[in-house]
Amino acid sequence: MRGWFLPTAVVFGFVFLYAPIVSLVVFSFNESRLVTVWGGFSTRWYGELLRDRQILGSAWVSLQVAFASATLSVVIGTLGAFVLTRFSKFTGRLLLTGMITAPLVMPEVITGLSLLLLFVSMELTLGWPAGRGLTTIIIAHTTFCAAFVAVIAQTRLRSMDESLEEAARDLGASPVRVFFDITLPVIAPALVAGWLLAFTLSLDDLVIASFVSGPGASTLPMVIFSKIRLGVSPDVNALATLIIGFVFVAVLIAGWLMQRGLRKGL
Amino acid sequence: MNRDNLLTRSAFWRATAWGMGKVGLTGRSLVIAIPMLWLLVFFLAPFFVLGRISLAEAIIARPPYTPLFERGPDGTLEILASLENYRFLFEDALYRNAYISSIRVALISTIFALLIGYPIAYYIARAPEPRRSILLLMVILPFWTSFLLRVYAWMGFLRSNGVINNTLISLGLIDSPIQMMQTDFAVYIGIVYTYLPFMILPLYANLTKLDGALLEAASDLGASPMVTFFTVTLPLSLPGIVAGSMLVFIPAIGEYVIPALLGGPDTLMIGRVLWDEFFSSRDWPVASAVAIVMLFLVVAPIMWLQSVQNRREEQ
Repeated sequence: MRGWFLPTAVVFGFVFLYAPIVSLVVFSFNESRLVTVWGGFSTRWYGELLRDRQILGSAWVSLQVAFASATLSVVIGTLGAFVLTRFSKFTGRLLLTGMITAPLVMPEVITGLSLLLLFVSMELTLGWPAGRGLTTIIIAHTTFCAAFVAVIAQTRLRSMDESLEEAARDLGASPVRVFFDITLPVIAPALVAGWLLAFTLSLDDLVIASFVSGPGASTLPMVIFSKIRLGVSPDVNALATLIIGFVFVAVLIAGWLMQRGLRKGL
Repeated sequence: MNRDNLLTRSAFWRATAWGMGKVGLTGRSLVIAIPMLWLLVFFLAPFFVLGRISLAEAIIARPPYTPLFERGPDGTLEILASLENYRFLFEDALYRNAYISSIRVALISTIFALLIGYPIAYYIARAPEPRRSILLLMVILPFWTSFLLRVYAWMGFLRSNGVINNTLISLGLIDSPIQMMQTDFAVYIGIVYTYLPFMILPLYANLTKLDGALLEAASDLGASPMVTFFTVTLPLSLPGIVAGSMLVFIPAIGEYVIPALLGGPDTLMIGRVLWDEFFSSRDWPVASAVAIVMLFLVVAPIMWLQSVQNRREEQ
C-alpha cells in the first residue's frame, strides 16, 4: 500500500465525499433556474427561500420536534443504560436489553408503519393521541433516538470508575444522591454528545415522520422531499448551503474549543 | 437551610420510601419502570398491532381495515383473521424479487463502500497528528449535514444535464448524455456516499490499534509491503471490516429514500415496496404483512448475526 496507490485512493475518496457538496453550494448562487447550467452569480434563491412560508414553518416544526425528542430520549436512554449497567438482576432484564438496542437495526419503514398503526388503534380504543401531529412525531423520534443515547451512555457508565459511587454510598449518601452528585456529573459529556446526536437524527428523519405525522405538521425533510421528488430546485440548493455553512462553523468552533481545552492541559 | 428543616425533610423522604416499600414500590423499581414501560408501549406493542392488522382485510373506511372481532347475525363474536395477505405476498413474484434485489443492492453497495473506505481508513490511521484529526473530522463532517440534501446533491450530479454529463460533453469525451439517474448504479452511489463514514470509522478504530512491530517484523523477514498487507494487516483488521460492513449493510437493506430519489421505476427494494403499498395503494394490511415478513427475513437474521459477533468479541 505504499507508493502512488494509497494517496491516489485517498484523494479519490475525498473528492467523492466533497465534490457533490461543493457543486451544491456553487449552484445555489446561480441565476438560472436550471440548477446545473451556470447563468451568472446571484443571491436570488436565498431571497426566495426566506419568503417561502412553507419551508420556514416546517423548519420551525422540525426544530421543536428535535429539541423535545432529543431531551426526552436523553432521559429515557440514560435511565435504560443506568439500569442495565448498575442493576445486575431484575425481572425483564433480557427484554429491556433487547428492546433498547433493537431500534438500531430496525428499518425505518417498519418503525414508522408500526408506530402509526399503534397510534391509530390507541386513538380508537383510548381516545389518545387525538389525531396525529407534533406529539406523535416526538414520541416516535424519542423511541428510536433513545437507543442511540443508551449506547453512548452505556459505554461511558461501563468505563467510569465505580469506586467513586461506592465511596459516596459508604459515606452514607442515598442512591438518588449518588446518582445526581456523582454519576450524572461524570457521564455528563457523554450525555451532551448523545443529545446532539439525537437532535441531528431527529432533524434528519424523513421516513418515520412521514408515517406518523398528520395534516398541518410537516417537518422540514418532508417538505424538501416533496419538492425534490419532482426534480432539482434552486431554493433547495440555497437551503442546503445555509445548513452546510452552519454545520461547518459549528464544527470549527467545537474544534477550536477542544484545542484550547487541550492546550490548557484539561 | 437550618438543621430542623433538614431533619424533617429527611424524615419525610424516609417515610415516603418506607410507605412505597410497603406497597412494593421501591425507588429501584421506579427507575426500571420508566424506560421499560416506554419501550413496551412504543416499541414492542406496535409489533403486535402490526401482526394483528396484517391478518385483516383492506376496506374503504376509517381506519382502512376490517376489525378483528365482529358480531355475527345471531350475536356471537366472530374472529375475522386470514392469512390471505401472506399467501398473496408469497405468490406474487414482485415481493420475492424486491426482497432478493434489496439484498443484492445492499451487498454490492457494502463491497464498494469497503473498497473506497479501506484505503482512507488505512491512510488516516497511519497519518501523523494533526493531519490525522483533520482528516478524521473531514470524514465525519458530511454526516452532520442533512442526509436528504446529500442524496439531492447527487441528483444534480448525475442528471442527464447534470454536472458529470456537462463536463464530459464540454471535454468532447461523449456526444450525448449518459443515462445515470434512475439506474441501479445511481442507487449504489447514493448508498455508498451516505454510509461511507460508518465504514471508515470502525476500520480506522481497528487499524490504529494495529501493532507496528508486527509490520516491522514482516518487512525485516523480507516480506514486500504488498505481502505484509495481505498476510498481516488485512487479517488483523477483519473485525473492523465486519463491523463497518454491518453498519452499511443494515440501513441499506431497508432503504427507501435513496431508491425513491435516485433509482428508476424498476429499482425494486423492499422498503420502497412497503412505502408504496401504504402511501400509494393505501393497503394497510398488505403493508403490515410486508413489514412482518421483513422482520423475520431481514431483522431477525441481522440480530442473530450481531449476537454471535458480540459473543465472539467477549471471548
